[in-house]
Amino acid sequence: MSNSLTCDVVVVGAGMVGAATALYAARAGLSAVLVDRGPVAGGTTGSGEGNLLVSDKEPGPELELALLSGRLWADLAAEPGVGGSVEYEAKGGLVVASTPEGLAALEGLAAAQRSAGVRAASVGPDQLHDLEPYLAHGLAGGVLYPQDAQVMPTLAAARLVRLARTAGASLHTGRTVTDVLRTASGAVRGVRTPHGDIHAPAVVNAAGTWGGELAALAGVSLPVLPRRGFVLVTEPLPRRVRHKVYAADYVADVASDSAALQTSPVVEGTAAGPVLIGASRERVGFDRSFSLPVTRELAAGATRLFPFLAEVRAMRAYLGFRPYMPDHLPAVGPDARVPGLFHACGHEGAGIGLATGTGHVIAQVLAGKTPDLDLAPFRPDRFPRADAGADPDSAPAPVEGP
Amino acid sequence: MSERPRLAVIGAGPAGLVAALAAAARGVSVTLVDAAPEAGGQFYRQPAAGLGARRPSALHHQWRTWERLRDGLAAHVRAGRITHLTEHHVWCVEREAASFAVHALLGPEQEESVAVRADAVLLATGGYEKVLPFPGWTLPGVVTAGGAQAMLKSGLVLPGRTAVVAGTGPLLMPVAVGLAAAGAKVAALVESADPRAFARHARVLAAHPDKLAEGARYAAELARYGVRVHVRHTVVAAHGSDRLEAVTVAALDTDGRVREGSEWRVPCDSLAVGHGMLPHTDLAETLGCRLDGVNVAVDDEQRTDVPGVWAAGEATGIGGAALSLAEGRIAGLSIAARLDSRVPERSSYAVAAKARGGLREFFAVVDKVCTPPDRWVERVGDDTLVCRCEEVPAAAIREAVDELGAGDVRTVKLLTRAGMGWCQGRMCAPAVAGLAGCPPTASRRPFARPVPLGVLAREPDGPASRPDLL
Repeated sequence: MSNSLTCDVVVVGAGMVGAATALYAARAGLSAVLVDRGPVAGGTTGSGEGNLLVSDKEPGPELELALLSGRLWADLAAEPGVGGSVEYEAKGGLVVASTPEGLAALEGLAAAQRSAGVRAASVGPDQLHDLEPYLAHGLAGGVLYPQDAQVMPTLAAARLVRLARTAGASLHTGRTVTDVLRTASGAVRGVRTPHGDIHAPAVVNAAGTWGGELAALAGVSLPVLPRRGFVLVTEPLPRRVRHKVYAADYVADVASDSAALQTSPVVEGTAAGPVLIGASRERVGFDRSFSLPVTRELAAGATRLFPFLAEVRAMRAYLGFRPYMPDHLPAVGPDARVPGLFHACGHEGAGIGLATGTGHVIAQVLAGKTPDLDLAPFRPDRFPRADAGADPDSAPAPVEGP
Repeated sequence: MSERPRLAVIGAGPAGLVAALAAAARGVSVTLVDAAPEAGGQFYRQPAAGLGARRPSALHHQWRTWERLRDGLAAHVRAGRITHLTEHHVWCVEREAASFAVHALLGPEQEESVAVRADAVLLATGGYEKVLPFPGWTLPGVVTAGGAQAMLKSGLVLPGRTAVVAGTGPLLMPVAVGLAAAGAKVAALVESADPRAFARHARVLAAHPDKLAEGARYAAELARYGVRVHVRHTVVAAHGSDRLEAVTVAALDTDGRVREGSEWRVPCDSLAVGHGMLPHTDLAETLGCRLDGVNVAVDDEQRTDVPGVWAAGEATGIGGAALSLAEGRIAGLSIAARLDSRVPERSSYAVAAKARGGLREFFAVVDKVCTPPDRWVERVGDDTLVCRCEEVPAAAIREAVDELGAGDVRTVKLLTRAGMGWCQGRMCAPAVAGLAGCPPTASRRPFARPVPLGVLAREPDGPASRPDLL
């Protein structure tokens, strides 16, 4: 095997975002090399639920990216063999409120979302059980979002990588990027790995939670922080939860800046049978220790929404780290500070859903086209940094990985 | 309530029992938590009382050791020094501010949970059998070697009339003898290891004349029952339409390849197969204990690296009942001293420590000699089921690695669902690792057994103080 490779673009990180970026880049005719220190989907992608959501997003750039991504996901799922292999389900999301005040706030959000192009149907308390027969009684009402969908995230990343390879991309797993190579003038010229250099005029940082570390290798700061979440998985069941169902306070938790633990029940069935229960958020660094109290809160929230779940057994729980940015917007697009460096990370808990749109616009810029979306709000250099000057050794994120 | 320090022992097999006795005798208030209706664990598994077995001792060796443990337990229970909780299935051990909560589901239904609070915890969770797949291994009539033994010990029923015992490891001989003694025709004992490999470890073997004598005794019994022993052989396939009718046995060359033309068919209606044992480490991992390979890592006193948590027996490395007894005794003495803020005197457990050292050395040799040759992977056909719970064939595992970029057991699991079913990969994890060509790693299972969400959602009973949320 040769020690040095040359291509048009190196995508660092074989998670969902890297997979989509490699796919769209390869389909745009670029030779793409996808590299990851671990396996495909070994980071946040393999630890999530696979949400493709518009319902939890307020009007603004993230919602626009979500709407674009949702269309691209539907297109991909319509390709022969793809939808089934990634367990794509356009099942819709149902957000429920337990109090009239909560419902009023939810309706307010839905009205704003509608004007931004989201389909959202109000559901009265007496109609909730037509949609979800096993839902708890006594809820004030809800909003149905037919555009919400789901994929199995690990399968989705692996299958998109497979499609990217079919389109000419190559995959190198178990290969850690130890440096971002730059020309004398500071432009990117590839990456260094222990197995040899990979030369390219463009490098895409799709390293997810570790995106800050990769940015530091290129000499720039990017404030990506891990936000831990647990997911509970039940025994397989016949389909009893039809939509993604969650309580209205989830939206507030997603948008919160607090480091403290927050849990809001999110319940959904899967194609394979088990019910997935989230969602907890806490900023505790890369602490992988199990927390019974957090899973206890998740179970309590889920059984409040769906009382029948009290009898259903939790088989396992897993945790992951969402790549969190201070303003909850991902970093997407070229980095003005380093020519040739692109970022596609920091999607927090929405990376699966936003991956297609992210990969698509990155590929458009790489191919010299005007992206379908204004990338200004996602500019990677939008964060003021505490220390001036680019110090490659100052990684902004905690450095201890799993 | 008692002022005495409280110890929760999880598992009432040899290690847990002897530790409970040692600690209780030194003033510790012990709660012995165990899933079985009676103490004894896998090793001293008891026939159900209703079966009226007249001579259960015939199925066990070291019966007198068991009687001593059993009587000791009864005396401590009568005196109120040990509380023995039977049919308590521990699903999680939680570290609280200054103590531990052992969460256990009750009875056969496992719908209610109790929390046992303790100042220290001993994990004596034992081991489980490792079985590698081969064509036909899912046919009715194929059982694990340990399963066949458990049937004999607890139910006194025979898994079949004509049996083959196959695989590798020290369990195969007692299983074959047990089956033959119970009246089965044992058509063959098929062991993949090469006993000549033991010769390379003569020094270690010479230090264990008792183990050699034990082996010789089994060999004599096998000869007496007319059981043919085939070493450096393997069962390459099991055959049958609805249930097992025969197996194909073949000789292995020094590389672990099947010798061409050496195959022959052995008619049988049961196959007891085992490829060694693996430790139960779920509770330890959830507590954050460091593992050494697949074993719970412990120090000289059997302490894990989590303060207040000890481990002993198979959980710290497979080594049989005698090693479990030695480790359990050391753990019990250490716990009694440490809970009293003393350092245990090494002289108090020097004998047990010497036995432990020798037995660990011996079982390291056994482990080396009785490792199934890697080439078993080549004999697994694409359509052979690897994960029985989720019905995942070998082809899916191979596709995940070759086509989809998986490089580790976890990603294979996510891509194929192998290991996501009811047993949570306890059965298939070694096979998946072998097929994926990656080292077996302990998979994290926060819940040691499935727990109803309603149970999980409830605050545990006990002190009103709620554990700090991180």
